[in-house]
Amino acid sequence: MNLIPLFIALPLGAAFLLPILRYRNFDKQKTGQANPAVILGKWSKRTPDIVANLINLTLLVLSLMVINRGMLVYKMGGWEPFKGIPIGIYLVLDGLSVLMLLIINSIGFLAALYSVNYMEKYTDKTRYYTLFLLLIAGMNGVVLSGDMFNLFVFLEVAAIASYALVAFGTEAEELEAAFKYQVMGTVASGFILLGIALLYSFSGTLNMADIARIINQQGIQGTVLFVGALFIMGFGLKAAIMPFHAWLPDAHPSAPAPVSAMLSGVLIKAIGVYALVRILFNVLGLGETKSILYILMVLGIISMVAGALLALGQRDFKRLLAYSSISQIGYIVFAFGLGTPLGFLGGLFHLLNHATFKSLLFLNSGAIVYATENRDLEKMGGLLERMPVTGTTATIASMSIAGVPPLSGFWSKLIIIMAAIQAEQFIFALIAVLISIITLAYYLKVQRLAFFGKLGQAWKKTKEVPGLMCASMIILSLLCLGLGILLLPGIKSMILDPAVEVLKNGAQYANLILGE
Amino acid sequence: MIYYLLSMLLFLIGLYGVLVKRNLIKIIIGLVLMEYATFLFLALVGYKKGGTAPIITKGFEKAVFVDPLPQALVLTAIVIGLATTALLVSIAVRIYQRYGTFDIREIRRLKG
Repeated sequence: MNLIPLFIALPLGAAFLLPILRYRNFDKQKTGQANPAVILGKWSKRTPDIVANLINLTLLVLSLMVINRGMLVYKMGGWEPFKGIPIGIYLVLDGLSVLMLLIINSIGFLAALYSVNYMEKYTDKTRYYTLFLLLIAGMNGVVLSGDMFNLFVFLEVAAIASYALVAFGTEAEELEAAFKYQVMGTVASGFILLGIALLYSFSGTLNMADIARIINQQGIQGTVLFVGALFIMGFGLKAAIMPFHAWLPDAHPSAPAPVSAMLSGVLIKAIGVYALVRILFNVLGLGETKSILYILMVLGIISMVAGALLALGQRDFKRLLAYSSISQIGYIVFAFGLGTPLGFLGGLFHLLNHATFKSLLFLNSGAIVYATENRDLEKMGGLLERMPVTGTTATIASMSIAGVPPLSGFWSKLIIIMAAIQAEQFIFALIAVLISIITLAYYLKVQRLAFFGKLGQAWKKTKEVPGLMCASMIILSLLCLGLGILLLPGIKSMILDPAVEVLKNGAQYANLILGE
Repeated sequence: MIYYLLSMLLFLIGLYGVLVKRNLIKIIIGLVLMEYATFLFLALVGYKKGGTAPIITKGFEKAVFVDPLPQALVLTAIVIGLATTALLVSIAVRIYQRYGTFDIREIRRLKG
């Protein structure tokens, strides 16, 4: 059986089922009559928790099952190619998609587990899980899609779900952030759609492999470069690369903590960085165009430096994490901009690591908010004593993101810096090292202000957060400790190497899918 | 050619609205204009001069047909645009309830 459509169908189906089932149940409460449409038995307060977590667990298992399967192509609706020209929509699963699926679904599962207790203080869990599952369905769709317009549709599904999730608390600040985020996001979508329209008028097809083949035949012309620039703008906005970053420090801290973890940990990578490199390298075949690579490198360096410097001055824990996300995205984009296999390896590995430690840090900040209702670092202090699990896991994540060996962040940063030296970008490599030290500085500040020092008078009665929240933080911290093993030869050839291979092959992507 | 330029002009007018206007509703209108300009461009991409609807019937087998694919895309994109606009307007209404104004200069509780 083909597993690929399940990645989209399961969360999408569950997202529509949850509100329908609850609505039926309200019917019953009002009229006193059992509704014949209720087939799943009684609705209890826990039903949305159980359904959402089961779906996410299934998705995680499925994404573990597709590791090392080679390339799979699923033609939606069974539309076979006509004279070698693809007609229907393709879903393509290759090394890069597998890596992204693993990231999305593992972080998604842990964030959903965390939500069970965390979301108690919000009123409507059913709608929350609906949006959460839509977000996951959209991101899975983006990484699996082999069709430009289909990618755009899934991107919008994920984006709309994320706008609604940022505004979920409907407090003044959250609404303001959501509005800002959505205006920027819609402008980005406009640029992306314009790029897709131009690409269609140039090639006469929407299938990514087919476009790649046609561009291969005709050579890279002005149109392709212009479309590349439009996509850098559009997806750069979605990924919050530096000149397009303004929405992120507002939007990510305003969302509920598990959603911040999903947005900062996964969303900006799945619909931003992933889509950008997939289209630039595999579809447009710009992997060897010096100008485009140089733009990516410079944008990466600017985000790296500015994000880190802005993070230094923050007092709000979640805002600091958001600026840190911009800085780390800079590392990833810079590594891809190097255009060498080692650079791709560093970029992909840092993408994976950043997903784990940044979502862990956002979950930690959520745990502190849950226990103390406070996000201001200056007012915290000594919390390690009262919240040992949160404190310890936050320390592990901070050390990992700052690149302290032997934690995972050290290895990926090391590879990125080695790749920069190998590509003879010595100045950029030096900047990357310096920013790594600044990263260490601001995470040490977090540790000192929040967890060490004297316990504040107000926090004497603070309790550790409930078990499920602890569980998901502990699992993530174990990932931070252990992800370095992905670089061991046997394991590297299963997950990281196939993903690097996809980017290295560049425009050969077309031949692999069209089977020529 | 003139139509392509006009749709680009519409796009730029929308972008101007988003960047310059201070009223939430006017920003939303700017976004909608941008979207519509893109839809118009997409529909133009599939247009052929003197083309008819792509339905093959008797007497029309050899006629020039416009490309139906972009029209299908535009329909999908309009539905997406409806969803984003509805969400954006509802957020703007909630903002009005909280702040009592549509002016973005006064909606500044988040520090930059």
